Amino acid sequence: MATGFSSASGLKRVRGLGSAKSGAHHWWLQRVTAAGNLLLMAWFGVSLLLLPDLAHATVVAWIAQPLVAVPLLLLVATTFWHARLGTQVMVEDYLHQEGSKLLALIGLNFWFLGAGALAAFAILKIAFGG
Amino acid sequence: MAASRPLSPHLSIWRWRASMAVSIFHRVTGNALAFGGVALATWWLVAASTSKEAYEGFAAVAGSPLGWIVWVGLSWLFFQHLLSGLRHLVMDAGAGYSVETAHRSAAWTFGGAMLLTVLFWAGIILLGAR
Repeated sequence: MATGFSSASGLKRVRGLGSAKSGAHHWWLQRVTAAGNLLLMAWFGVSLLLLPDLAHATVVAWIAQPLVAVPLLLLVATTFWHARLGTQVMVEDYLHQEGSKLLALIGLNFWFLGAGALAAFAILKIAFGG
Repeated sequence: MAASRPLSPHLSIWRWRASMAVSIFHRVTGNALAFGGVALATWWLVAASTSKEAYEGFAAVAGSPLGWIVWVGLSWLFFQHLLSGLRHLVMDAGAGYSVETAHRSAAWTFGGAMLLTVLFWAGIILLGAR
């Protein structure tokens, strides 16, 4: 990088070397998923309120409908992704050691991908016939 | 990290006000939802897709006194994060930056979150009593 003969300005050399290494795309995805969360959580909250009860048969019959299973899958995708992005910012702000930061970020990926895969599979299993 | 200068979250130099508290609450509620909310949502879906017995195991914990405290707490976390997130989106668009407006909108997120939590549970109780 800085060899002493670099023609790059100081700003050019440090750009992109902050704690996260990049930012605008992450920032934008956080907003896009927030908008998705807003719409889908409103649908989810109202739907839960309108269900006659939350017994197993009621919930499974509700999720099995295509117009419930698909928005529910999208809800899992946007909320879990939004949570993954937000927790990443926490790790980058509070863990200053490279090793522990890397481990924590890998852990976050495992947590949200694992939980997301489980939740998505559960919805699909119910939708495709229990 | 070589520098001993204050890094990103240098809380000690701030005076407690609604506008800084809302920032901290946004982060705390978001991270609590990212772990607690994601875990409970995944458990609910996996239990529903596994069997009636698994779902009833979830329902027994969810319907216990501790469960109710968790649901009410989780709904408050959600509404607080929702309102401070909406305030975030407005400020991302470049609006609401006057000191007076920023403090007032911050105070509103706290009042609004409590109001929405009460309304949500009033809705559940009223609709449940149909």
